[in-house]
Amino acid sequence: MTIRFSLNGETVEVDCPPTTTLLDWLREDRELTGTKEGCNEGDCGACSVMVTDEDGARALNACILFMPQLHGKAVRTVEGISGPLGEMHPVQNAMVENHGSQCGFCTPGFVVSMAVAHLGGRRDHDDVLAGNLCRCTGYAPIVKAAEAAETQPIPGWMHDKTPESETNLLAPETSDALAAWYEAHPDGTLIAGATDVGLWVTKGLKDLGDVVFLHRCRDLQTIQDQDDTLKIGAGVTMAALLPVLRKHHPSYAELVRRYGSEQVRQAATIGGNVANGSPIGDNPPALLALGATLHLRKGDTRRTVKTEDFFIEYGKQDRQPGEFVEAITIPKSAPALRCYKLSKRFDQDISALCGCFNVAIENNIVTDARIAFGGMAGVPKRATSVESGLIGKEWTENTINAVLPLFRDDFTPLSDMRASADYRMVTAQNLMLRYFHDLSGNTVSVLEVTS
Amino acid sequence: MSVAKPLPHDTAALHVTGQARYVDDIPLPRGALHLAFGVSDVAHGRIISMDLDAVRNASGVVDVLTAADLPYHNDVSPSPIPEPLLAVETVHFIGQPIFLVVATSHLAARKAARLGRVEITPLPAVLTIDDAMAANTRFEGGPRIYEKGDAASAISAAPKMLEGSIDIGGQEHFYLEGQAAAALPQEGGDMVVYSSTQHPTEIQHKVAEALGKPMNAVRCEIRRMGGGFGGKESQGNHLAVSCAVAAAKTGRPCTMRYDRDDDMMITGKRHDFRIDYRVGFDAEGLIDGIEFLQLCRCGWSLDLSLPVADRAMLHSDNAYFIPNMRIESHRLKTNTQSATAFRGFGGPQGMVGIERVLDHVAHAVGRDPLDVRRLNYYRDVSDTGPGTGRRYGAEHSPNADDLAPQTTPYHMPVEDFILHALTKQLVENSDYKRRKDAIRDWNARNSILKKGIAFTPVKFGISFTLTHLNQAGALVHVYQDGSIHMNHGGTEMGQGLFQKVAQVAASRFGVDVSKVKITATDTGKVPNTSATAASSGSDLNGMAVQAACDTIRDRLADFVASRAQADAASVRFEGGMVHVGGEQLPFDDVIADAYMNRISLSSTGFYKTPKIVWDRIKGEGRPFFYFAYGAAITEVVIDTLTGENRILRADILHDAGASLNPALDIGQVEGGYVQGAGWLTTEELVWDDKGRLRTHAPSTYKIPACSDRPDVFNVALWDGANREDTVYRSKAVGEPPLMLGISALMALSDAVAACGPAYPDLEAPATAENILKAVQKVRQ
Repeated sequence: MTIRFSLNGETVEVDCPPTTTLLDWLREDRELTGTKEGCNEGDCGACSVMVTDEDGARALNACILFMPQLHGKAVRTVEGISGPLGEMHPVQNAMVENHGSQCGFCTPGFVVSMAVAHLGGRRDHDDVLAGNLCRCTGYAPIVKAAEAAETQPIPGWMHDKTPESETNLLAPETSDALAAWYEAHPDGTLIAGATDVGLWVTKGLKDLGDVVFLHRCRDLQTIQDQDDTLKIGAGVTMAALLPVLRKHHPSYAELVRRYGSEQVRQAATIGGNVANGSPIGDNPPALLALGATLHLRKGDTRRTVKTEDFFIEYGKQDRQPGEFVEAITIPKSAPALRCYKLSKRFDQDISALCGCFNVAIENNIVTDARIAFGGMAGVPKRATSVESGLIGKEWTENTINAVLPLFRDDFTPLSDMRASADYRMVTAQNLMLRYFHDLSGNTVSVLEVTS
Repeated sequence: MSVAKPLPHDTAALHVTGQARYVDDIPLPRGALHLAFGVSDVAHGRIISMDLDAVRNASGVVDVLTAADLPYHNDVSPSPIPEPLLAVETVHFIGQPIFLVVATSHLAARKAARLGRVEITPLPAVLTIDDAMAANTRFEGGPRIYEKGDAASAISAAPKMLEGSIDIGGQEHFYLEGQAAAALPQEGGDMVVYSSTQHPTEIQHKVAEALGKPMNAVRCEIRRMGGGFGGKESQGNHLAVSCAVAAAKTGRPCTMRYDRDDDMMITGKRHDFRIDYRVGFDAEGLIDGIEFLQLCRCGWSLDLSLPVADRAMLHSDNAYFIPNMRIESHRLKTNTQSATAFRGFGGPQGMVGIERVLDHVAHAVGRDPLDVRRLNYYRDVSDTGPGTGRRYGAEHSPNADDLAPQTTPYHMPVEDFILHALTKQLVENSDYKRRKDAIRDWNARNSILKKGIAFTPVKFGISFTLTHLNQAGALVHVYQDGSIHMNHGGTEMGQGLFQKVAQVAASRFGVDVSKVKITATDTGKVPNTSATAASSGSDLNGMAVQAACDTIRDRLADFVASRAQADAASVRFEGGMVHVGGEQLPFDDVIADAYMNRISLSSTGFYKTPKIVWDRIKGEGRPFFYFAYGAAITEVVIDTLTGENRILRADILHDAGASLNPALDIGQVEGGYVQGAGWLTTEELVWDDKGRLRTHAPSTYKIPACSDRPDVFNVALWDGANREDTVYRSKAVGEPPLMLGISALMALSDAVAACGPAYPDLEAPATAENILKAVQKVRQ
């Protein structure tokens, strides 16, 4: 397909196979080698580029960004972060002045992430830069550079305009068109953010066959406020969801703050994270604890399923060929919801386990309990025995201790490179204890402690 | 003077604008081919057959090579024991290259490489330290032993004794730029190689052997690496040799870069160790004897494992005078990636061993580990220096024997110990004592979360232990317009070596550093170079460049002095001017005149490190020219329910001698600390029971991210010159700061110790899982 986008201020038209990545195209076809390949899986940020569309500018990983995802957008690489006459951007100057580069290989990616954040007026540098790995500096001078540039003016060239772009069959404009395409191509692959599918190509070296890109279906990207619930379109990115969650579900929001990285959250969609059925996705445990409902669609036929019914077993979901997740409904309020993610590293790491707790307590008696885990089974799964053990009991530490053995009825976790089965089991139980202390108002997270 | 200025990295402006060119960014002539390896998926086995038809027939494939197709040496080893580029008959680890695909694109080569069908009959695989000890698979026949005094007797006679063991995991380099090389065939069969390497001469040497050519037919060039950390000392050989062989065969330029997963599956990592210890000490914690058993997992080939294991032994004293010590080191051969150089080169593992002992002893005697560490420090020789009146053991002085430098377990006197004063300053500046008390109170109030704090020192030996490597060359030209072209054998991997050495050159000529053009390392300009390793880069190359500059400068001084009828020794080069007999001449004018008067304006320079002599078999001598010192205090918090942990604060005081560039040196210190702390916390390498590395990408192998740096991070350089005559009295700074990260491990141990009466016995890396295990243990 012909893809039309703006590159460093200049409109380009490109014909290439649909699973060509922007990184390969930039480096191999365009000879723009400032953008680096560090991992080719969206985990290091050396390939970060700025992509602007009607929602504004964002930093994305070019290594897992397929060319059709750029149709109608504007791209700025590190070469374009400098001005058209070679003027340095304030973050570039600050990086030099603060000794923010050593080997320099990660630096273009950092510069892009920092320039996008600078454009958006952001000051949460640790979150902005969580997806950019540096092996030389230890990060301190990079953060100093980001701080030093905060008050510098935004150069004019950073305000990109998107080019006119025609509708393309591979990137439908509506969910109706998408539904029709998928019904006709039930073996096809849906690509939303490509943060997972991208790796099938760059690491699995798979030929995806028929593909369709979801990013232009604006009607999948809305969040509808419906009295007591929020209906979240499957195409809503994790970055777009984050501020909404901060308002309604702060603990879930904290989980999403640590979901992937800025670059990943700006691409990844909640629908993709649910539909791929991964046992270690971070949204499903939270959705299970919230009692979320999934809206599925095949052609013009729609149905709803409870989240727990969607995940059948490892690699198998309640989804027919040609059927896709269209939206997810969650309650607007769940004050007792707490989400705990355990991983080797706090940021940009896949969970060893992720536990989400939502217990209703009236007069100190547990009236309802929804407790769900990722990483503890072949699917994201509720701890039904533990839940039953709690309901009707007094909300005390003794009750908690009494139900802990029931975790072994609910889960038989595996050992892998992220954690041993034993660690998973013990910490799942300990997270139940943490939840008790958390609701009691105690400090339970090392992230809240200072020197 | 340019030296000592905190100038930015020489190509910082190119880094931030994306213009800095790495090997894979170099535009290649048309028709360049791309390479990828087909690798073993069996840890140990015999190759029965290879069906590579599907590979040959794959789209874009030009050629496929196996060991049988290599025309000359099939050897990429940096050691005397050969290591085949492509497997011959037997495979020795999962990830070992078996065949080489030559294709028209990187992607085509990668795709085709997966189509090979290699039938392998598995043989028993030796994977772990325990496996290797049981199977007695090892290098060097038996263990190497260094000894001083009688450790066994000292331990038996000591009032107290304890023993223990610590597992210390390896570490992936995770240089952001993966391994990469390119080869361009030249007329007459010559070859030009670009390689992301710390050791261009080795690349030249290995490529020449593989092509059946003398070294003069091969030229290797490298402007910069995107990080090295030791991982590009020998591990780039495979790619450079592959490119050269394929380029020679096809007559076309060839390039190769590893995909990140391939890089992690194929290349070596830091050696993992198990260190067992027995220690005898008194009630105060003063140690009289230690026995160390160091079990070092070397992987399948020798690579650099012997000097790595030696250096681990040479740092098993760290900063402590142990009167009686015995170190037994086993270099174990396993069917895993061949472990290789990594910043510190065994030193960090040896140092973790002794710091663990100090921590354990302090716990046993119930004292602040800081006090026990200081109690066991080497004697401060400066106490007896000139002007103290105590130097010669006169009547009014203590016995001279008590003032002589104490010796290490390898019998080298420690003459430059500065840690007493450095420790005092760091402890005071970081408010350690008050914070230690505050943490005790905080822990009493908090049941779920616990804090810990620890101090650890670093004493790191500077010099290659293979003595002949301690040499360097340089080539300096001054062009007739006064601009300077500088070249030396060191390589730039981000450490700022080029800028530091350029500052030396600028200082010698008294000109601004902007007049010095820094050029790519090139075996055609400076021959027979050593790897940029062992922290030696600026010590060796700075001196060689200084020598080259001084040769030219002396010629210029003679020239201007004779014209002015002045003494050549009185000529000064300062502020862009040449000062002679009360006159000031612009440097550029003097150069133009010198050229007109047929004065040679080009010179080589050479340097070899003095004083060093070392017998690695006996374990005796002076392997190091001097020691670099430093110390860190780290404060952490742990979650006793999950083992999650964070570094809250780090305070560092580090000795870079009279720093050539304090900004770059602080960059090395900060980055080294974070890399060291990462090694000992989140960076966990996991192999499965088949010997497959399961953590082979950043999705599963977790180096520190931005928010993992200490919230409060105070880093300063110690104010003091090197007592040895190094370049401008500076000290090497590449590796030593990594070991400051050991304070994070010990702080975590301190936090765990707050959970119960037993000794934490924390393994490294102290992942959340290992911390939780330790918490459970101390509570029992």
